[in-house]
Amino acid sequence: MSAVIGQPVLRIEDRALLTGKGRYIDDIPLDGALHAAFVRSAHPHALIKRLDAGAARSVAGVHAVLTLDDIAPVMARRRMTRVARTGKPKDSMWPFALSDGEVAFVGEPVAIVLADSRYIAEDAAALVAVDYEPLPSIADLRKCLEPDAPKVRRELASNVIATYKVEYGDVEAAFRAAAHVFREAIPQHRGGAHPIEGRGILVENRRSDGRFNIWMSTQKVHDTHQLFCELLDLDENDVRVVAADVGGGFGPKLLVYPEDIAVLAAAKLTGRSVKWIEDRREHFLGAVQERDQIWDMEIAVDKEGRIQALRGKLLHDQGAYALQDINLPYNSATSVAGPYIVPALFMEVVIAQTNKGPVSSVRGAGYPQAAFAMERLMDLVATKLGLDRAELRRRNLIPPEKMPYEKPLKARSGEPILYDSGDYPACQAQVLAAAGWEDFPARQQAALQDGRYIGIGLANAVKGTGRGPFESGLVRVAASGRVSVFTGAAAMGQGLATALAQITADQLGVKPEDVTVVAGDTATVPLGLGGFASRQLITAGSSVLLAGQAVAAKARKLASAMLEAAEADLEFVGGAVRVVGTDRTVGLGDLARALRGAPGYAFPEGIEPGLEASAAFRTDPLAYSNTSHVAEVEVDILTGQVRVVRYLAIQDVGRRVNPLIVDGQVQGGIVHGISNALFERMGYDEAGQPTTTTFADYLLPSAAEVPMLETLYRESPSPLNPLGAKGVGEVGTIPAAPAVISAVEDALKPFGVRISETPILPERLFALIQQGRRAGRG
Amino acid sequence: MRRRVRLTVNGAAHDREVEPRLTLADFLRHELGLTGTHLGCEHGVCGACTVLVDGHTARGCLMLAVQADGTEIRTVEGLAARDGTLHVLQQSFHEHHGLQCGFCTPGMLMTLVEFLTETPDPSEVELREALSGNLCRCTGYHGIVKAALDAAAKLRKMGARP
Repeated sequence: MSAVIGQPVLRIEDRALLTGKGRYIDDIPLDGALHAAFVRSAHPHALIKRLDAGAARSVAGVHAVLTLDDIAPVMARRRMTRVARTGKPKDSMWPFALSDGEVAFVGEPVAIVLADSRYIAEDAAALVAVDYEPLPSIADLRKCLEPDAPKVRRELASNVIATYKVEYGDVEAAFRAAAHVFREAIPQHRGGAHPIEGRGILVENRRSDGRFNIWMSTQKVHDTHQLFCELLDLDENDVRVVAADVGGGFGPKLLVYPEDIAVLAAAKLTGRSVKWIEDRREHFLGAVQERDQIWDMEIAVDKEGRIQALRGKLLHDQGAYALQDINLPYNSATSVAGPYIVPALFMEVVIAQTNKGPVSSVRGAGYPQAAFAMERLMDLVATKLGLDRAELRRRNLIPPEKMPYEKPLKARSGEPILYDSGDYPACQAQVLAAAGWEDFPARQQAALQDGRYIGIGLANAVKGTGRGPFESGLVRVAASGRVSVFTGAAAMGQGLATALAQITADQLGVKPEDVTVVAGDTATVPLGLGGFASRQLITAGSSVLLAGQAVAAKARKLASAMLEAAEADLEFVGGAVRVVGTDRTVGLGDLARALRGAPGYAFPEGIEPGLEASAAFRTDPLAYSNTSHVAEVEVDILTGQVRVVRYLAIQDVGRRVNPLIVDGQVQGGIVHGISNALFERMGYDEAGQPTTTTFADYLLPSAAEVPMLETLYRESPSPLNPLGAKGVGEVGTIPAAPAVISAVEDALKPFGVRISETPILPERLFALIQQGRRAGRG
Repeated sequence: MRRRVRLTVNGAAHDREVEPRLTLADFLRHELGLTGTHLGCEHGVCGACTVLVDGHTARGCLMLAVQADGTEIRTVEGLAARDGTLHVLQQSFHEHHGLQCGFCTPGMLMTLVEFLTETPDPSEVELREALSGNLCRCTGYHGIVKAALDAAAKLRKMGARP
């Protein structure tokens, strides 16, 4: 069926972005809008005794300084809450739009300042005198569980939000019978998302008709719209939410934050339009991060190294608040077995609050930590049993003949976790061959002769993608012949528009560049879920495919009547329907015009009005992508610095609609994972005071820190959607950190260095090397 | 207190009165409406706000508009030809998937204009070093480096400067 699906079509998004004509949130001009700045808590935990905004209000150009008490009259409730009621509500997890008088993390919004410019708003925010009474605070994930630990907020009886178990099989028996049992404590940290563009919101208060037009840098518009209406007590018809061009998402822009609510409330209260653009320091303080997870794990294996059972405890640091249902640790605990056969599993999950900023998903959403825990255990077993790391994994990978493979666990949707397709051992074998895994020990030995410490590592992972239940897709042909696609999916740099345009183009015989894609505007489609969980090609892509097919069927039927030809003799070509082998055509625009109807005139029989169709492809089961990475590193033992010298990754992401875009997603994901292994650490002191709030303290890798990336593909089409697609956005990230750490450990074998943590920054690695030296190694 | 600033941006002369503390980036974006220059960190690390001042790169977030008095500024809006033909660098970024969200792209392009002027035939290592003051979170730099090397080759073949 396909002329352009599967082709590396160059992106239709690029031209505007390359020429400076993108429309990101801060680029949208709105005359008369006030600029917001926030007064933020300087303490990890404190009571606000008094707030004096007198000096701030007296600054020329300041219009208002507002606290929760000021904006509460225009809100339906003071405290935020979830929209999707999929679990038990727990009010104490949720923040207020502005502090209720008790702050629980540094950066928590206390008051909003509105002024003629951002410069003046920031001046005034600095002049707001807040009299804090500091309260005891807790930042450490293990210590916050102790009975006498300070409580994150005074209303809490315990810092523990929830505990639950994820289990199947007879774990006890498996451990009793196992030939070997190994234990490892695996503390992990992931850090922030850090899209280069921060968050932002622009509220146009249209006093002429009482409506609010809202632009945001967001990964979801429909849920945001719903939440705004509920929290601000607004009529759904009076609010439109539009996603601006989004300068990167990676998780945090999936949420509605206190700042968003405060800005909208301020606009409603003052009758003005209001704009807030997050700066980088605010992103460090207030945008969600993934932070600490501590995995205390045990693995039971037989004498050949075959896994018999896994047992462990997972501590998850939620920070001070939740901004959506806490799903990360569930993702982690249920995905830990990854691509391996694990006959029995027991995971105890403990989710706790600390006096740090709120936590939610960053690219990978709990999967990277699970992969890290599992892959470190695999290396531990291999080392202990004296087996090649790849051979140990090969023995445990799910073989292709067992596909589809059901894990005795349920995903969040309640659907069983069913790996739908793929050949995991073949993927591993292919990437090892490409990497020269077998020859590496000789190269390593030779390097060692030269005093160079090089190492190779590998890691495998699976990722459930395409989270349902659906995404909206509407395909419309205008009387001009222009084809448009509307969806609730969110474009944030992945090339969504190009992919959806390709899919549509194939159905209607037009070029991708002739299709306009409008993603993320509540005025265009009534429903949508947005961009997260590597879901959009599967969900929105399938919906658009079905809608495009329905539009094509309508066009074919009408053209058949107009051209007096059998439907089977028609083809779509060049924006028209043509009788095969003739020059008799009718343009899509003419067909669309006919289906618009004319007052009182006859209408084509048996066809619904409008050359358009909408579809919402329904899906619950996840399509499982799989991937195998090999990293090669060189460690400078005098500084602890690690250089990634070669990186290979093979992935099976099903059918690739656009291989160019897929490659870009994989490459970006890999570097995010490398960065999690070697660079990124969001620092807090013991009290919860952040210690890394600039890019000078918190390192992101630059081009100089990463090599060219060698990507390979296998394509096992997923049977779960009509495109045969699997998601790709997060896949590259998931096994990257363990692959790098495996390589670092391999390089430092002479020192007996064992690494069971991430990230591993140079000072820490240097200390481990020194430990090895003191122990007489190396 | 406002100060007068006279400068040229992408060939067009401007004469404005501005507050002394207004950054060059905010001046370009909000006074002149040239929003292609982006702000990612406002502390001089991410490089998204990179523009050319008299041919040399500068952080638009760390330079004040008044400091640019009397200079010639070049921004991303000035790269493509008047007829819309993309600059060699822009075209290469398009062909090699050198951008995803596009937010860091203007800074990358302006940094490369300066670098390839000074170093027409860079090695990959030199190129990566030159780009190390520009952060990208989407691409892993793979497409950017490929695009820049390709653009350098095309420019050499054309005997042109970027």
